[in-house]
Amino acid sequence: MTHEGIPQPLADLLDEFSFLERGERVDYLIEYADQFEPVPERVAVRPFPEERRVKRCESQAYVWAEDTDDGAQKYWFAVENPQGISAMSFCAILDDTISGASLDEVLRIPGDVVFDIYGREVSMGKGEGLLGILTSVQAFAREATGRQGV
Amino acid sequence: MSDIASRGYSNPDVLVSTDWVADNLDTAGIRIVESNEDQLLYPAGHIPGAVQVDWAADLNDQLRRDYLNREGFEALMSRSGIGQDTTVIFYGDRNNWWACYAYWVFQLFGHSNAKVMDGGRQKWEQEGRDLVREVPTYDATDYSAPERNDAPVRAFREDVLAHLDAGGQLVDVRSPQEYSGERLHMPDFPNEGALRGGHIPTARSIPWARAANPEDGTFKTAAELQEIYLNEQGLSPDGDTIAYCRIGERSSHTWFVLTHLLGFGNVRNYDGSWTEWGNLVNVPIEK
Repeated sequence: MTHEGIPQPLADLLDEFSFLERGERVDYLIEYADQFEPVPERVAVRPFPEERRVKRCESQAYVWAEDTDDGAQKYWFAVENPQGISAMSFCAILDDTISGASLDEVLRIPGDVVFDIYGREVSMGKGEGLLGILTSVQAFAREATGRQGV
Repeated sequence: MSDIASRGYSNPDVLVSTDWVADNLDTAGIRIVESNEDQLLYPAGHIPGAVQVDWAADLNDQLRRDYLNREGFEALMSRSGIGQDTTVIFYGDRNNWWACYAYWVFQLFGHSNAKVMDGGRQKWEQEGRDLVREVPTYDATDYSAPERNDAPVRAFREDVLAHLDAGGQLVDVRSPQEYSGERLHMPDFPNEGALRGGHIPTARSIPWARAANPEDGTFKTAAELQEIYLNEQGLSPDGDTIAYCRIGERSSHTWFVLTHLLGFGNVRNYDGSWTEWGNLVNVPIEK
C-alpha cells in the first residue's frame, strides 16, 4: 500500500510494519507504549479539561496541540487508563511520526492506519478509540489551517 | 468489596478472588488464562505463569464465522498445558468481558472446571501485584475433548425466532444508542456492520457493564444484580433467556452473570447477534 502525502516518518513506519509478523508487531508496539511520555505539566495539569478528551476512547485519552514556529504543530497526549496500552502506543507513534509535520500531511492520514498498525483483528471498540485519537489530532490541524488562512 | 461467598450468588464457586489467585500461583492442577480485548496487554505484563487465549486468533475459526472445532480446542488445551482435570482460572481486561467470553467458549466443549478471577486485570493491577513479561511454556497435554455441543448455551437465528414465538426473554446488552438504532457501526468496520438498526422485539436493554463495579471491575452483589435484572427489567430466573450484543462477546458476560451469579435456569448466548440479525432479510426489528 502506498501512503502518499502523509508525514514521511509515519509512511516509513507503516512500510516497516507491513513486513512484521504479528508477534514482532506486538513487541514493537509495547516498546512504543513503554516510551510513551504523557503531556507535561507545562501544557496541562489534572483534572484535564473535557474538551481535550477523545470521544469514544475508553482508555481516557486526551490530546493537545501547540503551534510551532514553522506553522506546524507539536501534539501532546495523556492516557489515564493504566490498561490503555494500545492507546499509549498509538499516541507515542503519532508523537514520534507526525509532530512537526505539515498540517496538510497530517490531514491526509487515512483512518486505515489503525488497521495497518494494529491489524484487522483489532476489536471494533478498540479501533474506534484509536481512530478517535487520530481524529482529535486532525481536528487541531484543521483548526490551525483555518487560523493560518490556508 | 465483600467476600465472594457473602454476596449471595447462586454459584459462588465460579469466582475466585485476586488473593486466592496470588496464593495459588504454584498450585498443581491450576492454569491461569488471560483473555483481553487489548492484544498488547498480555505481552506487556501478565500474572506469573498465566497463558494467553486470544479471542480472534485462538477461539474463532479462521475461515468461517464460527468457533474452533474439537480438534482446534484439543490443540489449544494441549499447548496451554491444560488437561481435562485442570482448573482453569480466567481473567482479563474490561471487567473480565473477554475472560467471560473465553469461559463461555470453553463450555461449548464441556470444560466446566473453570472459574473467573473477580475484578480481573484491573483489580490485580490496582492491588499492585506482580506482572511479568516472561511467557511460560508447559508440557503439552493429551486433551481429549467431546464434540462441541452448542445447544445448551448457544443460540442460532432459528433458535431466536422460535424463542420469540414462544415468548421467551431477550436481553440486549449493547449500548442504549445501539439498542435504539441511532448508532449502527463505524464505516471503517465493515466486518461488524449491519444494514438495519434497532433491536429484536421484546428485548430488554441492559448494557453488559452494569453488572460490574466500575471502580475495581468486580461483579456486583446478587442483591444489586437482582435489582437490575429482576426488579427493574422484569426478567425471571425461571424463564428461558437469550442474550445478544453485536458479535456475541459482551453478551457472554451477561450469560455468565445470569447463569452463575443469579441462577437463571436456561440462558443462551446468541453470538450471531446484531451483525447477523440486522442483516437478515424479513426478521422482525423494533426501534
